[in-house]
Amino acid sequence: MSQSVNVKRPGDLQGATLPKWTPWAIAAGSIALGVGISAAAGLDSSVQWGLMAAIFFVLGSYGVAARVEGRRQAKDRVATSLVWVAFLLAVVPLVSLMWETVERGVKVLDGYFLSHSMGLVTDTEPGGGIYHAILGTLEQVGIATVISVPIGILTAVYLVEYGRGRLAQAVTFFVDVMTGIPSIVAGLFVLSFWILILDMGPSGFAGSMALTILMLPVVVRSTEEMLKLVPNELREASLALGVPKWRTIMKVVLPTSLGGITTGVMLSIARITGETAPVLLLVWGSSFINTDPFDGPQASLPMYIYLQYANSGGSGAAYDRAWAAALTLIAFVMILNLAARGVARWKAPKTGR
Amino acid sequence: MAKRIDISGLSAYYSSFRAIEDISMAIEPRSVTAFIGPSGCGKSTFLRTLNRMHEVTPGGRVEGKVMLGDENLYGAGVDPVAVRREVGMVFQRPNPFPTMSVYDNVAAGLRLNGSHKKSELDGIVEKSLKGANLWNEVKDRLNKPGSGLSGGQQQRLCIARAIAVEPNVLLMDEPCSALDPISTLAIEDLIGELKERFTIVIVTHNMQQAARVSDRTAFFNLSAVGQPGKLIEIDDTERIFSNPSVQATEDYISGRFG
Repeated sequence: MSQSVNVKRPGDLQGATLPKWTPWAIAAGSIALGVGISAAAGLDSSVQWGLMAAIFFVLGSYGVAARVEGRRQAKDRVATSLVWVAFLLAVVPLVSLMWETVERGVKVLDGYFLSHSMGLVTDTEPGGGIYHAILGTLEQVGIATVISVPIGILTAVYLVEYGRGRLAQAVTFFVDVMTGIPSIVAGLFVLSFWILILDMGPSGFAGSMALTILMLPVVVRSTEEMLKLVPNELREASLALGVPKWRTIMKVVLPTSLGGITTGVMLSIARITGETAPVLLLVWGSSFINTDPFDGPQASLPMYIYLQYANSGGSGAAYDRAWAAALTLIAFVMILNLAARGVARWKAPKTGR
Repeated sequence: MAKRIDISGLSAYYSSFRAIEDISMAIEPRSVTAFIGPSGCGKSTFLRTLNRMHEVTPGGRVEGKVMLGDENLYGAGVDPVAVRREVGMVFQRPNPFPTMSVYDNVAAGLRLNGSHKKSELDGIVEKSLKGANLWNEVKDRLNKPGSGLSGGQQQRLCIARAIAVEPNVLLMDEPCSALDPISTLAIEDLIGELKERFTIVIVTHNMQQAARVSDRTAFFNLSAVGQPGKLIEIDDTERIFSNPSVQATEDYISGRFG
């Protein structure tokens, strides 16, 4: 019966399907079409032919699938190709940024660059390095982490395990508000409080305080979400054994969510490592190695990048140093993220037999 | 070890909603008491009032008296943590601690309550696992994660964990409802052995199970949804299932409920 009605359908459940390579063929065709039209019309921007190719790809997928497979499958293919196009649109700038940074950054990035400061090098000369900036970043971010991680985790524990009523609502509200504070505002706050009112000089610690303000809400939020994921049954199991609540939290709830909390903390560190504005206001920057975060100006990687760019006076050497520092910063954040994933996998609740 | 429980005039609330109303009964030591009744009639809530787990739920509170031996669990100055060490609990879904090994799960109650010598712990863990009929199955993988066991084994692990702290009373909230018939049989056999040492209270939706394992059975019911649950009657299991004194019990047991 089915054969007489529709030759494409040998059985009721079996429909015509496009071969696996169809999407690739459509993609290749639409890119060729996009490039061809651009060449014919004399457009020289790769963005233009890229967008054209994307539109051809989505329309082409629909057209081909609608003709061969039917409307439902065609809609499915359009959704799939839209997801792919969106993915590529998101990935292209990322890859191009990485490519650009690596290409320009590796020129001066070597052991000498990582182990020397800018002490005796003026901004326009070649040579020098980022040792002082790495040191400053590590110390400022380290202090900010040491302050905000305990406070953040304890706040989250309060909100999830104990907080009821007005106080908890207020804390949640202010954490949300803090999440939205622009980094320059955090910097100005510490500037007016620490440097202008208390009359302290610029220091790495002042920068750490501003970074703490930025990091704290992220730690609280991510820890809170992780603690909420711990099943209530585990808490009850522990309480029913006659274990006090604080011990239940310490020995059952926190270990169960440790992987997720670690990931959250690492991500928040990654977020503040790239902050420039508060560091610029509070740490001031320095060409010399300053190991004491509590006294005197320090450097930091993002600020180094900015200063090398801004004060270079058109010198190629300074540009190269800025790119190399940017590459170092990206690598640093990437290593932190990989470490976070490693810890999360290592500490995740085990399911093996 | 086992102690008698006397409950008088007990009501439990979730905020302003009264979940169970004015329950009085006696639970005999070294016996199994089963609670049966339709969903939502407050069996589990009532069970949780017996080791003060009810108040862990936000808004949960209790009125009335629960005497464990000669002490009122809700008396002034009674520490709920101390109560829960006397009255252990096994939950509906097996809930071993996912970060801990089989050994650590059983030792958890003791370890989390203070330090114990390793040699002492070894003995208690072995004894508890044997008590839960699990020793032979897990003795070679005590250091593997507890969540890697099968559902029935996990539930027996939870029972081992509960009896490791040597409570007087063991409360079980539908301990077999997530298990297959063979694991259920294993747990029912275990309940029969455990009643030599503990007072056991079990909530179950399975009437045959109540008839098989329990010495006494209590039937709970509620007059309508939104009304508090009440104790209809408590009697020897044999009588409840053959010749109950209340018509509603007979209707429920014979499936003519509602």
